[in-house]
Amino acid sequence: MKYSALSLLRNALSHNRNWPEAWRSPKPKKKYDALVIGGGGHGLATAYYLARDHGMKDVAVLEKGWIGGGNTGRNTTIVRSNYLWTEAALLYEKSMQLWEGLSQDLNYNVMFSQRGVYNLGHTLQDMRDIERRVSANRLNGIDAEVVTAVQLKKNIPQLNTSPTSRYPILGASLQRRAGVARHDAVAWGFARAADRLGVDIIQQCEVTGIRRDGDGIIGVDTTRGAIDADRVGVVVAGHASVLASMAGIRLPIQSHPLQAFVSEPLKPVLDTVVMSNAVHGYISQSDKGELVIGAGIDAYNGYAQRGSFPTIEHAMQAIIELFPIFSRVRMLRMWGGIVDVAPDACPIISKTPVNGLYFNCGWGTGGFKATPGSGWVFAHTIANDEPHELNRAFDLQRFESGALIDEHGAAAVAH
Amino acid sequence: MLLIDCPWCGERAETEFSYGGEAGITRPKDPAALSDAEWADYLFMRNNPKGAHRELWNHSQGCRRWFGIERDTLTYRIAGTFRLHGKDEG
Amino acid sequence: MARQTNRLGSGGRIDRSRPLRFRFNGRDYGGYEGDTLASALLANGVRLVNRSFKLHRPRGIIGCGAEEPNAILQLGSGAGTLPNQRATQVSLYDGLEARSTRGWPSLRFDASSVNDLFGRVFSAGFYYKTFMFPQRWWDYYEAFIRRSAGLGVAPDRPDPDRYEHRNAHCDVLVVGAGPAGLMAALAAARSGARVILADQQREPGGSLVGSDLPIGGRPADEWIAAVVDELREFDDVRVLTHSIVFGYHDHNFVTIAQECGGDMRERLWRVRARQVVLAQGAFERPLAFCNNDRPGVMLASAVSAYIKRYAVCPGRRAVVFTNNDSAYQCALDLAHAGATVGALVDSRGSVSSELTDRVEAVGIPVLHGHIVTDVRGRLSVGGVRVARWNGDTDARADNSIDIRCDLLAVSGGWNPAVHLHSQAGGAIAWDERRHCFVPAESRQANRSAGSGNGRWSLADCLRDGRDAGVAAARSCGFDAAEPELPVVEERDETPLQPLWRVPAARDPDSCPKQFLDFQNDTCVADVRLAVREGYRNVEHVKRYTALGFGTDQGKLGNITGMAVLAETLGAPVASVGTTTFRPPFTPVSFGVCAGEGVGELYDPVRKTAIHEWHVSAGAAFENVGQWHRPWYFPRAGEDLNSAVARECLATRRSIGILDASTLGKIDVQGRDAVAFLERIYPHKVGRMAVGRCAYGLMLGEDGMVMDDGVMTRLGDRRYYLTTTTGGAARVLAWLESWLQTEWPDLEVYLTSLTDQLSTISVAGPNSRRLLEKLGCSIDLSREQFPFMSMRQADLAGLPVQLFRVSFSGELAFEINVDSAHALALWQTLMDAGREFEITPYGTETMHVLRAEKGFVIVGQDTDGSVTPIDLGLERMLAKDKDFLGKRSLARPDCVREGRKQLVGLLSADGRTVLREGAQLIEEPGAAHPVPMIGHVTSSYMSDCLGHPIALALVAGGRSRHGETIHASLGAGSIATVTIVPPVFYDPQNERQHD
Repeated sequence: MKYSALSLLRNALSHNRNWPEAWRSPKPKKKYDALVIGGGGHGLATAYYLARDHGMKDVAVLEKGWIGGGNTGRNTTIVRSNYLWTEAALLYEKSMQLWEGLSQDLNYNVMFSQRGVYNLGHTLQDMRDIERRVSANRLNGIDAEVVTAVQLKKNIPQLNTSPTSRYPILGASLQRRAGVARHDAVAWGFARAADRLGVDIIQQCEVTGIRRDGDGIIGVDTTRGAIDADRVGVVVAGHASVLASMAGIRLPIQSHPLQAFVSEPLKPVLDTVVMSNAVHGYISQSDKGELVIGAGIDAYNGYAQRGSFPTIEHAMQAIIELFPIFSRVRMLRMWGGIVDVAPDACPIISKTPVNGLYFNCGWGTGGFKATPGSGWVFAHTIANDEPHELNRAFDLQRFESGALIDEHGAAAVAH
Repeated sequence: MLLIDCPWCGERAETEFSYGGEAGITRPKDPAALSDAEWADYLFMRNNPKGAHRELWNHSQGCRRWFGIERDTLTYRIAGTFRLHGKDEG
Repeated sequence: MARQTNRLGSGGRIDRSRPLRFRFNGRDYGGYEGDTLASALLANGVRLVNRSFKLHRPRGIIGCGAEEPNAILQLGSGAGTLPNQRATQVSLYDGLEARSTRGWPSLRFDASSVNDLFGRVFSAGFYYKTFMFPQRWWDYYEAFIRRSAGLGVAPDRPDPDRYEHRNAHCDVLVVGAGPAGLMAALAAARSGARVILADQQREPGGSLVGSDLPIGGRPADEWIAAVVDELREFDDVRVLTHSIVFGYHDHNFVTIAQECGGDMRERLWRVRARQVVLAQGAFERPLAFCNNDRPGVMLASAVSAYIKRYAVCPGRRAVVFTNNDSAYQCALDLAHAGATVGALVDSRGSVSSELTDRVEAVGIPVLHGHIVTDVRGRLSVGGVRVARWNGDTDARADNSIDIRCDLLAVSGGWNPAVHLHSQAGGAIAWDERRHCFVPAESRQANRSAGSGNGRWSLADCLRDGRDAGVAAARSCGFDAAEPELPVVEERDETPLQPLWRVPAARDPDSCPKQFLDFQNDTCVADVRLAVREGYRNVEHVKRYTALGFGTDQGKLGNITGMAVLAETLGAPVASVGTTTFRPPFTPVSFGVCAGEGVGELYDPVRKTAIHEWHVSAGAAFENVGQWHRPWYFPRAGEDLNSAVARECLATRRSIGILDASTLGKIDVQGRDAVAFLERIYPHKVGRMAVGRCAYGLMLGEDGMVMDDGVMTRLGDRRYYLTTTTGGAARVLAWLESWLQTEWPDLEVYLTSLTDQLSTISVAGPNSRRLLEKLGCSIDLSREQFPFMSMRQADLAGLPVQLFRVSFSGELAFEINVDSAHALALWQTLMDAGREFEITPYGTETMHVLRAEKGFVIVGQDTDGSVTPIDLGLERMLAKDKDFLGKRSLARPDCVREGRKQLVGLLSADGRTVLREGAQLIEEPGAAHPVPMIGHVTSSYMSDCLGHPIALALVAGGRSRHGETIHASLGAGSIATVTIVPPVFYDPQNERQHD
């Protein structure tokens, strides 16, 4: 059934009794052409594009819990493509272009809302970095502009632009096409669309072993039995290292807790997304009215979906520095996710030493925005046993050759 | 917030410490003799287990000493603290 | 002012001698000290307090605590306004102003209540299915959605109040001061343990406050007072009221938000407890019958609490609907308060006769085996529809009778508040006998007690609390005796009958709405729809239907929702489970989480010993790391450019003076200092003669430039290092980590001198004459004190270290002096330098001077992806030793052709100052993505040279000197530039060697 205002009305008349399932809940088959391990946004997108663009419909997505239950449902939903390095920028921009038609493509409203993202600069070096990034973005065909403190005051009157604040805001970069989306809907929309193309989405199915025959993959063991496949894509975010060790390979990945929180719902007060690295915090307001705020990652490794309270305290302090009017607002919920961080803060979307085994991980704190693009290039990589041009640089080899894509290097040392 | 038992100062809040990653990563004696892959393994590859993890911590807001702890990365329970290198024992 | 029509003539814990006035939605009302806003509204007969989120249904107060989903109000106005305040938890104060957050044009006549008529269209997740066509209209749809959503309004000005953090340690933290908590605290305190007892109410006692139940032979209030008095006698016991324990974090770290009053609005207690007793009670749950959200439908326990604590009877003619024993007390309380109880409707077929008799004895008709199926009335309850029921949940309710009433008190049973236990990692289990989730094993040092542990009777709660307190104290090593339990009345209990969705006259998909989450308008039919559509996991149902996403965080309706889900799935509740309980237990302000760490204390400013001089000289400051450094020293009428031009020229022509105290300074000494530094630095450290200086690069193990500075050999086994300002702490920690973790056999001691020593740099051709004029104890001549060397000396009577190093390319001296004397020395230099027109300069001039010489700034001209070779510094890399990062430099990517290398750039037109950060391209006008070959890292107008200069990283740049490329200036504008060597000024280094 196609979703539309009309179908809503029609179903309302029959007391909503006739809505079909958004996706089936099939039993796993013994064998598939390809398996995607991980039913988050990235995994579901991978399966969708495998079926849609590569004719691979005999595909199953294996999810140990419930789809969208990992970082997909735990992030602050920021979508942007204004990355510095060309390799990263073009990958995220591909994703941005997919976002721009995603609701229609999936026939599921993912509420992609292009309300703009400001990255604030607080020091002269921040402003140099912003100029550098904006200049690079524009040459890569990505919308970007430098905004002065005066313009910021006008565009975001709630923002503390006082020159006497501890770290005065000197300016910002702005990507107008950037914004936020409804995270759960992304997982559900991809699941529904993939299911309609024949993909089996199998929840409550935890992979317990990866079976190899010499250098090649032959299948996986799961809590719901063994499943054969000679192509397996692993896209499990924080648990990448766990799956890698099942396959007998090592990854340059560290798993860390990352926390976020929301306020109680408020009437519209912030109609854009504001991010600051120096005063570490990022904030937007959801359509429901909640302020959605991201904190920093905890320094230590962790697989618990919770973090340290001082990290929340610091994020609160940062938000009040940026928006003193939010001091009396209350936090409603806080939670944590497990982020998989690579040494260069860039993803790994790569073939592995095991034939037919592919890994997609290392998205760190920024994976949500890449969801459609990540799935799109990963599907290409699995279908062709060869990376797409857009993810060629994001291979495992780069850690040997030294060809890192150092997105976080751009903020090195103050002089 | 973790409560960490510094071997020199006793139990202190996590905020007094900084984290140093997996313990037991030893710098190769002769880096020049290593292949790129071996060097990359030393530089970047880490075990990152879900469960027991031996890791380095520094009491950076206290005695500034480095030491090791064994912590479960899922429950955050700390099984024990250890000093690095035998000669510091006691 | 309206009369308090529902206020009882006597009783309650209010202070009738202290009347208070308040205003709600523009009308004036009265209340008393001790009221909550909710009790005062009810006292005044205010029924309608708000509208619901989605359907704009009229809503009244339903609960009396943290579970309240409807009475969410805006308090006050202006800077002091507070959004989303739960009226049940707001203490009334004189002059309080509150207003509903929804309802236009008025709360009674809300235009958006039309939504309710189309409620079936606004089914669970409807927004995922529409607003997609046409694509470009989404912005309009969304703007409408946003305007419709949200509850309260954020303040429009900064917070006038303050907040503080306080750390505390204790042996036993007891959460909740009800009967169980009081007994636990008493048991622990008597053993000698350090105890903190925290409770969210204004006074201890929990459910017993205002109660006339006898405990130990005296009224409950007296017993509470006696226990609290005893607790307060102990030195090591702290009783916190108005204090909500909202977070249970790892390693028994517990966070408490305390309301303080005054301009210190709230305090965050950060408690590390050895043992925790969780006795925070239970939440009563509603039943899901049709129109169960009408104003006047209330929880039975809340009705009792309003009567007993606040002397407010919320209705005149009541019906009580229950599936368990507890609501019988409510019926008695109502009757005692003078209300007519039209019926006590009990779903259970039979109940102990003792209980029934007690209720019937006061003239209340008891209808066993009956249910309330629907509610009449829109803005207020007008009556209920009651039907006979045989216990079959699939049955249709027919043959119903109408009972007129203005209040319906409901009890669907109780849910232990397992939130903190669950936050602490503890398991929860479905209790098949008591039909609720109870705490199972703990994962931290905590135990639950009382109704929070599934104990319903007062006697059980007291015993459970005592046992928990004793056990907690013993776990801490105290020899705790068991306090005697007070005698209380015990009664037979008839088990609760599990009832969640109440059968209606029509099937659950088409009957009037049966609400589960009142704030989000989530109904039974929504849960059923979610299941139908495949959203079957409890987390999917929650996210798809918004069940539990209200500001009560599901305290009221979540468990009922889970049970309805289980029923729909045909599965036991235990297998459905619950969603995760996450902090905070109730919402907490951003302000209290931030505490004092805002404004000036967000990150305290580091200032040099000379800072005040810079301030009085009118310096403009720049944040560098945590420091405030002078950026430039404008004279009247000067802007940045003109001031910097003057400062640069003055330095090149005569003398400039710079406060360089922020540089990191590290003393390195010990037997193995040489061996250690050889491993760290790429150059040959051991070859340096005592008294000589060398430029030192520090690489990460990845071979990339990490920091730089000057290294000076002070003795055979002693060196002095400087680092960048921002890198100082990091470098010290980095060196220390290598020493301790990797090379413990080396005997080396590192000491930070950054604050002890101040550094004044005097640069320019007259700098030597200035020092000589001041009286210097050593020969400063080029021959006796050559470039890149260091001497101890007395200068102007002060002991100093003099370094002949230069970051400007001029003859220069860096003077290290004890920070206590730095300001005096600076002043002396300024005074003596007047004849040379000595000119103070800031970081901007420092940058220009160094850029003219092609000296890089780590972090500006490098970015973590730059090797020493890229900077043209391969001569510094020793071939015959290993050092950190060396192996990485041999990786394929580090030795490939075409790496970006440091170059200089000159604008072809001789005028354009490039933008720092501008990307460099070869082909202007090429299609996107345009290949980029590098970027401008530093760019200045050089008034000394008479033209702009820039430094850049350019692919293969060193072999491209003389070539022309283009810099993107943004907005399509392009500058043509020529690649040149990066040294623009005095390439022979004659001036600095002078």
